Amino acid sequence: MILELPLLVFLVMTAAGAILAKDLISAVFILGTYSFTLALVWALLGAVDVAFVEAVVGAGLATVFFLLTLSTASEKDTQIRRSAIPWTALIGLPIVAILLLYGAADLPAFGDPGSPASTHISPIYLEGSVAQTKTPNVVTAILMDYRSLDTLIETVVIFTAGIACALIYGKGSA
Amino acid sequence: MAELLQALLQRPNFVAFVILFLWGIYIMAAHPNYVKKLIGLYIVQTSVVFFLVAFSAKDGATVPIVSAEMASLGARAYANPLPHVLTVTAIVVQVATLGVSLALVSAIYRKYGSLDEDEVLKRVE
Repeated sequence: MILELPLLVFLVMTAAGAILAKDLISAVFILGTYSFTLALVWALLGAVDVAFVEAVVGAGLATVFFLLTLSTASEKDTQIRRSAIPWTALIGLPIVAILLLYGAADLPAFGDPGSPASTHISPIYLEGSVAQTKTPNVVTAILMDYRSLDTLIETVVIFTAGIACALIYGKGSA
Repeated sequence: MAELLQALLQRPNFVAFVILFLWGIYIMAAHPNYVKKLIGLYIVQTSVVFFLVAFSAKDGATVPIVSAEMASLGARAYANPLPHVLTVTAIVVQVATLGVSLALVSAIYRKYGSLDEDEVLKRVE
């Protein structure tokens, strides 16, 4: 908790940097820092598998995708001009923010071991998965054994995304 | 009011989530540049994942890897693994959708020569 607060402040600062930067290449690199800070926060929360995936796929692959897109653009197109601020959004979003923060009191307390999410199904996995699947890592056991069909269909989603990218790029070059 | 403030101070993760989520949505809707819109999209996606992972934390719990000598500790000693599994899937899918949308942006740039929405709309007409 003590380490987490500065990291959260840094997280919001890097997100602000990625949003406010005038140069798109700089914004993409700051977004990579944002991803990596997020991975650090997750590692701190005990979600090591999620932190690995975010550091590799989020900070690595997403940054490469952004840079590939920007590499074809000329320099004047990657600089951003000032734009008018839509006032309806500036009035509407704080209202949504106040409603969300008002609802925060009803969420389970942070780190509460007795919260519904931690007592309903997850103890069955935590206590039974080693005997049932012989895998010490519970996340791997759920991903590859209990929810293997889910993971299989996820690869179909990624395959579809790959086909879509190939079709979009292929059509442009022909 | 005081207890609401105290509830928020206990949940710094939730406050960070609200800031990132709404700022990302605002950039997605309001910014004229396509790449900035996608940066906003990415921030919204990761903030929702962040919100889900924050539920999995337990005070004094360790990572959900069960070792033989800690088997007697029970579920309370490990972080909740279910949000981790669901969000690992979500992160990979979000980067896949980001890749498709970046391919579309790059196709738009090749056809209309601009990353700016207003400029592209002008050239379409």
